[in-house]
Amino acid sequence: MNWAAMRTAYATIVRKEVTRFMRIWQQTLLPPVMTTSLYFVIFGNLIGPRIGAMEGHRYIDFIVPGLILMAVITNAYANVSSSFFSAKFQRSIEELQVSPTPNSIILLGYVSGGVVRGVLVGVIVAAVSSLFGQLSAHSYAVMASVIVLTALLFSLGGFLNGVFARTFDDISIVPNFILTPLTYLGGIFYSIKLLPEFWQGVSHINPILYMINAFRYGFLGITDIHLGVSYTLILLFTAGLFALNLKLLNDGYGIRE
Amino acid sequence: MTRAPALTMSDLRKTYANGVVALKGIDLTVAQGDFFALLGRNGAGKSTVIGILCSLVNKTAGKVTVFDADIDHDFARAKSYLGVVPQEFNFSIFETPWQIVCNQAGYYGIGRAQAKRRAEKYLTQLGLWDKRNDITRALSGGMKRRLLIARALMHEPRLLILDEPTAGVDIEIRKSMWEYLTRINQSGVTIILTTHYLEEAESLCRHVAIIDRGELVENTATGELLEKLQMETYILDLAAPLAELPPDLRGRPGWRLKDSATLEVDMHKGGNVNQVFAELALRNITARGMRNKTNRLERLFLDMVNEGKA
Repeated sequence: MNWAAMRTAYATIVRKEVTRFMRIWQQTLLPPVMTTSLYFVIFGNLIGPRIGAMEGHRYIDFIVPGLILMAVITNAYANVSSSFFSAKFQRSIEELQVSPTPNSIILLGYVSGGVVRGVLVGVIVAAVSSLFGQLSAHSYAVMASVIVLTALLFSLGGFLNGVFARTFDDISIVPNFILTPLTYLGGIFYSIKLLPEFWQGVSHINPILYMINAFRYGFLGITDIHLGVSYTLILLFTAGLFALNLKLLNDGYGIRE
Repeated sequence: MTRAPALTMSDLRKTYANGVVALKGIDLTVAQGDFFALLGRNGAGKSTVIGILCSLVNKTAGKVTVFDADIDHDFARAKSYLGVVPQEFNFSIFETPWQIVCNQAGYYGIGRAQAKRRAEKYLTQLGLWDKRNDITRALSGGMKRRLLIARALMHEPRLLILDEPTAGVDIEIRKSMWEYLTRINQSGVTIILTTHYLEEAESLCRHVAIIDRGELVENTATGELLEKLQMETYILDLAAPLAELPPDLRGRPGWRLKDSATLEVDMHKGGNVNQVFAELALRNITARGMRNKTNRLERLFLDMVNEGKA
């Protein structure tokens, strides 16, 4: 397959993925808006003023980046895991398997669909959050790069989940029991400086901490983690997951007998 | 100059992870332009062969070449030659026929404009144009089968593999699909067909291979295979009810009165059918019609897989 053909195949997969989540926008785009609006109302407007300033910023301003990123993580992950698993379940993945589309393009196509949904949800949630407070921007470059890289990383995570999943339950276990706790404990609602030293150390094991802090830096110019460390870790995890997923696809894990 | 075969398999073997040996060394060649039937009972190994060709099953050993492309070294090119119509519906039930065929073209690197032209062409030819924007879940079984064919043709493959394409389709649609497939074959596309309707294989295919228990037990021209048939059974519909056969016919080997209106007669190949009518006329028995009891290929097939000729 030449480059032009691969580009066409890639664009086709991305179009199909975007069409899929747009078709069911009530399930894919609306819920994060609803959930984060509630967070803003409860934690931002009702409880926030009683908490006071966090790291020198209003509490609602402090939690906005984390809430946006949480929506990005959840949606990027869910998009790819459910789409790839559904394709396996309905066997429509065979449409791609019988075609000459390289596995790397299949992986990139699915992951790009997740990135598009993740970033789109992030933008929508950011727009909603602007209704509740003044959004500040310290660095657009950091904001944009972190949101895309995070969506990419968790899309790859979702793909891995989709590859291993054998039932629909399998694609909800990781988000419910691993992703959500890690996100909540990743410093969305607090600075890890507030934690005792031991728990600060434990928090550093959580990869989501690095993303939330880097993203918050893009908004507020504050972070608990050095930006270089955050980028390095995100890129390393991304490269590792990409390689692992590609290996599984090449081996035909879960899709070829 | 001789043309390369459309498909060559040498010593193709497959053992599944659970230890089941599905293929025990298949050697098979399909000529370009052929209409080839691959027959076998359920579990004989047909779908494994097709799965290996389509990249859905990893082979354990052996060599497979599609036209000039070895699947071990240039699988992408081999796949680009192949169109596959699977046994099961394997498209998203939430997508429309239009989306499914256009996307399939995209997976082969065909640009959107050309994909749309071909989508119109094949959906129209297969009688799905009016349904192009309906979600596939709402289509009838026959429409879904035709959609599988349209999808497989979108990249205009040189070798079309059909795994029981007419399963569950009513006779009228089945006949129209036969005509369509014949036209596709006449346009130069090599076709490999698996089917449980053996009259389908007999009427469409020029060559037949039979797989049984992972081994190829027959691979020949359809005509040559039918030559092997030694016995045929004819059913005669009697014009007037007959309580029993006349005494001199009652013990004759191969003559059976199935009911008062139906007589069955076994005849050796080359036997004279007129002689049967003459014998009946001598006894004032009139037959108003006659037909083959079983499809000839079906009989041979059952002989081969049941009587240990494998």
